[in-house]
Amino acid sequence: MTAAARRVCLGVAGVLLAFGLAQFALWAGGVDQAVFPLPSTVVGSAADMLRDGSFWTATIQTLTSWAEGLGIAVGFGVLVGLVLGTLPWAESAVRPLVEFLRPLPSVILLPLVLLIVQESHETEVVLIVLAAVWPVLINTMYGIAEVDPVATQTLQSFGFSPWAVAWRVSLPSAAPFIATGVRIAASLAFVVAVAVELIGSGMNGLGSYLVQQQGGTAGVVPLLAVAALSGLLGLLLNAVLMGADRRVFRWHHLRTAAADAV
Amino acid sequence: MKRLGMRRLAVPAARLGVLIVVIGGWQLATRSGTSPYFLPPSAIVSSMYHQWFDGPASHLWLTTDATGNLLPSIGRMLAGLVIASLAGVALGVAIGRVRVLAELTEPLVHFGRAIPPPVVVPFFLFLFKIGAPMEVASIAFGVIWPVLVNTIDGARHVHPGQLETARAFRIGPVQRLVRVILPAAAPKIFAGLRLGLALALILMIVSEFQGSTEGIGYEVDTAQSTLDMSVVWGALVLIGVLGVVLNAIFAVAERRALAWQRGSARIE
Repeated sequence: MTAAARRVCLGVAGVLLAFGLAQFALWAGGVDQAVFPLPSTVVGSAADMLRDGSFWTATIQTLTSWAEGLGIAVGFGVLVGLVLGTLPWAESAVRPLVEFLRPLPSVILLPLVLLIVQESHETEVVLIVLAAVWPVLINTMYGIAEVDPVATQTLQSFGFSPWAVAWRVSLPSAAPFIATGVRIAASLAFVVAVAVELIGSGMNGLGSYLVQQQGGTAGVVPLLAVAALSGLLGLLLNAVLMGADRRVFRWHHLRTAAADAV
Repeated sequence: MKRLGMRRLAVPAARLGVLIVVIGGWQLATRSGTSPYFLPPSAIVSSMYHQWFDGPASHLWLTTDATGNLLPSIGRMLAGLVIASLAGVALGVAIGRVRVLAELTEPLVHFGRAIPPPVVVPFFLFLFKIGAPMEVASIAFGVIWPVLVNTIDGARHVHPGQLETARAFRIGPVQRLVRVILPAAAPKIFAGLRLGLALALILMIVSEFQGSTEGIGYEVDTAQSTLDMSVVWGALVLIGVLGVVLNAIFAVAERRALAWQRGSARIE
């Protein structure tokens, strides 16, 4: 059996094993089903949701906010990261500001941004941007710092303008770093999107869909079903971004053979 | 030498200058009080002082508001961080070192990590009702996945030569774990913890917004309904400072723990 086949077989076996063990333990142990429902019940509830139009509407709303927020964060993060990466004095001057803003969990800004923006979708996008911009910015800065100075100096000595150097050398060679930042930002953006929808009133998306399921007659089952489905959605988003990263930066992955850990 | 000294002074001076310009500009722009939402920094600081740091000296100048809201929030976050780190590292080393275990659990781990942690907060709220256990569980759920995934990766890629050397010297399994595997995996583990720290802060706020009777997030939630902007801004600054302090402590711990690494990397 090849290594890949073995991986798939054991992976499937692991999922089935975990599912079966949980199912059997909860059934045989006589655990209160209202608190710990059988995995099969949760899967059934998730399947019902997939046939339900309102679940899909919520998913599309979340994905729309996610994509808008991520897009703005990437544009802004790359631009500012490029400027700060090329101008070390500017980077060291604004660093205290960045160090203060970066760890600030953007969800704490929800009440304030909601009052100022007065519109729930825009508020969500603003908060996603505030969370997702940092990994992109920091990775762009690191990427620019790693650029081979010989390459940039060569172009400079041929009379290229600083912006031409940035466009032709710095950005392409920093691109794999930026891609890593984008992947971290994408998963953070998804977390913040759902978080904002969950705690903000008048929001639309998976988080608010979850709130609607809270306290219903079905108890805890739909809550777990939404968690499972959002996990699958997260897997899908991850796979798409990883695939794009591998395809676009094949040369980089071949060269460094670096394990993808983040 | 002289130029180096100048440069060493120039960077902090520039940083201080930027901070002064930003805070001063903010103060000037908001002093007139035309916007009900943007408060001048002086008002934010004085409100923070009166709300949290105006207490008796016997309580380290903390007010009852501070001991009742700030300390529980920070305590729960640290509890969640510690529980998730210990569990994540223990499970991660086991999975990373045992190949069959890694293959069996791979899809499950990827699935668990892909769940945006805020979506499990309602489940924990149902399970534990309102209170500290629900919040600690939510934070721990958020932190454990990045720690677990990174520990698995770190433990799996220990240099075989190091392990063979340890075996050749008949170093027992416990010593091998403590002296070879964990140090080799440490950089990855720290990378996971760094991601976990950001998630812990988010989940601290989310779980307090969802269901709590005290805490920083709870204060912001109630201040929002009464439109008390000074509390909202104060909490914001406080959480920002908390994030900076945690990151700084973390950076020091990381540098200490990985100090040996830089030396060995240089030799390679």
